[in-house]
Amino acid sequence: MSGNFVRNALSAAAVALSVGVAAPALAQADQPLKVGFVYVSPIGEAGWSWQQEVGRREMVEALGDKVATQYVEDVPEGADAERVIRDLAQQGNKLIFTTSFGYMNPTLKVAKQFPDVTFVHSTGYKTADNVSVTNARFYEARYLSGIVAGKMTQSNIIGYVGAFPIPEVLQGINAFTRGIRSVNPDAEVRVIWANSWYDPGKERDAALALMGQGADVLTHHTDSTATVQVAEERGKYAVAYHSDMSRFAPKAQLVAVTHHWGDYFTDVARKVLDGTWKSNMVWGGLKEDMARVEGFGPAVPEDVRALVEEKKQEIIAGKLTPFDAPLKDNTGKVILETGSLDDDALNRMNYYVEGVAGKLPTR
Amino acid sequence: MDSLAPLIASAIVAGTPLMLAGLGLLINERSGVINLGSEGMMLMGAISAFAVVVATGNFFFGFVAGALVSMLMSGFFAWLTIWLGANQVATGLALSLFGVGASAYLGLPYAGESLLPPQFGVPLLQDIPVLGQALFSHHPMVYGSLILCVAIAWFLGRTRAGLILRAVGESPTSAHSLGYNVRRIRLAAVLFGGSCCGLAGAFMSLVYTPLWVEGMVAGRGWIALALVAFATWRPYRLMAGAYLFGGITILTYHMQALGVPIASQLLSMLPYIATIVVLVLISRNSTWIRLNMPASLGKTFNPNS
Amino acid sequence: MLVLERRAQPSRVMAWTSPLMAVILTALCGSILFMAVGKDPVASLEVFFLEPIKDRHGWAEVGVKVAPLLMIAVGLSICFRANVFNIGAEGQLVVGAITAGALVLYLDDDSNGGFWLISLALLAGALGGMAWAAITAFLRDRFNANEILVSLMLVYVAELLLSYLMHGALMDPDGFGFPQSKLFSDGWLIPTVLSGTRLHLGIILALLAAVIGWLYLSRSFSGFKLQVGGIAPMAARYAGFSSRNSLWICLLVSGGLAGLAGALEAMGPIGQLTPSISPGYGFAAIIVAFVGRLHPLGVIFSSFIMALLYIGGELSQSRLGMPSAITGIFQGILLFALLACDVLIYNRVRWRR
Repeated sequence: MSGNFVRNALSAAAVALSVGVAAPALAQADQPLKVGFVYVSPIGEAGWSWQQEVGRREMVEALGDKVATQYVEDVPEGADAERVIRDLAQQGNKLIFTTSFGYMNPTLKVAKQFPDVTFVHSTGYKTADNVSVTNARFYEARYLSGIVAGKMTQSNIIGYVGAFPIPEVLQGINAFTRGIRSVNPDAEVRVIWANSWYDPGKERDAALALMGQGADVLTHHTDSTATVQVAEERGKYAVAYHSDMSRFAPKAQLVAVTHHWGDYFTDVARKVLDGTWKSNMVWGGLKEDMARVEGFGPAVPEDVRALVEEKKQEIIAGKLTPFDAPLKDNTGKVILETGSLDDDALNRMNYYVEGVAGKLPTR
Repeated sequence: MDSLAPLIASAIVAGTPLMLAGLGLLINERSGVINLGSEGMMLMGAISAFAVVVATGNFFFGFVAGALVSMLMSGFFAWLTIWLGANQVATGLALSLFGVGASAYLGLPYAGESLLPPQFGVPLLQDIPVLGQALFSHHPMVYGSLILCVAIAWFLGRTRAGLILRAVGESPTSAHSLGYNVRRIRLAAVLFGGSCCGLAGAFMSLVYTPLWVEGMVAGRGWIALALVAFATWRPYRLMAGAYLFGGITILTYHMQALGVPIASQLLSMLPYIATIVVLVLISRNSTWIRLNMPASLGKTFNPNS
Repeated sequence: MLVLERRAQPSRVMAWTSPLMAVILTALCGSILFMAVGKDPVASLEVFFLEPIKDRHGWAEVGVKVAPLLMIAVGLSICFRANVFNIGAEGQLVVGAITAGALVLYLDDDSNGGFWLISLALLAGALGGMAWAAITAFLRDRFNANEILVSLMLVYVAELLLSYLMHGALMDPDGFGFPQSKLFSDGWLIPTVLSGTRLHLGIILALLAAVIGWLYLSRSFSGFKLQVGGIAPMAARYAGFSSRNSLWICLLVSGGLAGLAGALEAMGPIGQLTPSISPGYGFAAIIVAFVGRLHPLGVIFSSFIMALLYIGGELSQSRLGMPSAITGIFQGILLFALLACDVLIYNRVRWRR
């Protein structure tokens, strides 16, 4: 269609122009690298965006005046995201981190128009020459935390407050369950979907419902401290997510599964400064220290901590993964007979493993 | 079902902020003024209460602060709508929008903070199996809301002041010609409504989920508005409705935990659909609706006209 | 002391200047806010009001935001003039996006598209929004149910429905389980009207809607009946104007426009269906309608101001480091200021001892 042709031609011209303009800018290596961050929720003091922010601060500390950063928080996914990302690019940021999966398509659109800007998108699956994807193998740390939960539960019912049934969350649930079952084959995990990343009231109600069903260890894949706090209030245990929440739940927190982006951000910034950056998909886990288990609570005995450390080293050495065969889903269907799940299978995960009660909502 | 007691307990706690806000809005609307600013007022009440408790450690002051701040907001609303004659719907909406933004802004230093509130319970009674946990282990505010409900029912039905309030809501011109200061009465009703919303917000941030995150009221202000209509502007029905609404959400979680295979979003729709159904049922008879809904709701009254 | 004295006749001058005064008042309050947090008020106001439109691209972005706000606000102006308070435009927008998106996903085979099919999808969106509003109209017509509450409840139902579909029936099968639909192929996207920007046909349609809305209200008998029904319902009844017709007309029109706006958003700047299709346009449009004095041409001005506030708020985050809450505060202040200034249309301020 002629409209399309004109549009494409003009875009191509715009791209050519911007490359022409950008080229001299690249030559100025002594100017600080401008780095932009887009956060999907307010930073707060715990949670997904907070950990991203901690990463940013660590990068600034590591690189000093070689970088100049700025961020925009609470940017809803959708049409607005594209504008914010584009604005950051237009303001001269040469490295932009877009930290939520809903930013994937807007990031790619803007990246096409600014080929000299490097984009790093978290938790997505599409790359381009100037867009790489990063995620962390939180599920490895989840597996380890499952070992702790499995050892510490007495009712053998463990509650999980989830947000949305997307693969990343399912990886967490399933790995957690596998960890539990590796030390306690009788325990069961029950899941409640709060249908929101960020509604403490709903999280709390879900957590209470799980406790009403007999759960004595709780964990969550949502963004607030509500679940952990309820556990503290009721004298139960909890595994925190995103951040160490022990100051909100000194007695209840058994351990926290935390995210650490600082090293990765610093590494990317260094590569961009050197000019050695290349697009890739980085999925770091325990080995790269992008996911950790930390913040062991006072109730966790020494032998459990030792077991966790032992398993952690095994995972880092590649001898163990949370999803080694044999792997069955919770209807008995065999998923894997030999080997272990590869990245593609992990990204398409849409089932519960053995040990999780119930069915996935939309099936 | 060993989860019955926690279910009832959670439903009661979930229903309490709805009931508190709803009772305030009920009085508000009985005088003929509709205040759509409940969401904003609840949030402002929540952050004020939270800030005060963080600063002083005293939960009582927290509740008072929440009530006061929301009362001030509703006072501003009253001035605009009752004296300056501004459109009630628009002004209420502006109040909500402003309250959402202002509470988020004021709450920035407290983001992610949380409190450890003391545990409460009625001595002796709370040890009764099942019923004890379900009914007698709650925060005093839960029982306070019940007392408030009874007090309001008595006020509206048995006192002269209540009768005057209802008269103002039904026919402000008649009340005016009888010599009552319609504006002052409406002001009192609006201020009361505001402080109740503030208490509801304080309950959310001090008891329900003792932490602060922006937007934590998550639409309960709007639900409280619906609840008043659902209850046909009667306090006891409001109480039933509040617990019912609170209960439905909790029930959907319990059903999920039990593995009931209905999509959670569809279950979450139930309270809203239920409200619509009730609205239809109570409104379908035009005489009945006149009997139940304050006739002058939403209309500005000018004594000088 | 200052007293308010009722004017003999509403002041026409004030009716025109009050929105301007409201904007100025908002700017003043804003400066005080900025000063309170230690930022330079002039620079901050500049970021808020001038930065968004300093270049062609900025104007285009403002236009992208204006399109849905304006379209919905035109419909709401008509509704509110008839005293039918459709608070559920957000829900109608969502349902419009769903119906249009579902149609696109059903028919899209990566090679088709074009004028007729896009128009079909937009029509589907408008019809979807109309259908959703029709529920409110029907319940009010038949059962007298209050439209404010019904339409508001339907917003939540619509959002949950979108979430349900996004996790199930309309989810992209190759999308790794993310709750989003497949991307619409290029042939189905709304063409842009300003090359190199995101400004799309929606803005033209919105402006057209404003003009048609104005003509309807000011020149047509039906529009006249509708307005009389809103101002003096008793007189309207006496004159034989059917309040029932007015109810249906204004809800269907505003629902249709909201649905169309939703379809345009999905097929324009977003290019797919996502759970977060609207950042609250349906509610913001209510303010836009009021600030625009419920006049279809006036809302052009107010939607522009509102869009500036949205974008200015975003920019003030990245340029000034202000928190994201600032946008809501400004919007609330704007509406308060307007409502206060409106008082001056009907009253004058006198100094009396």
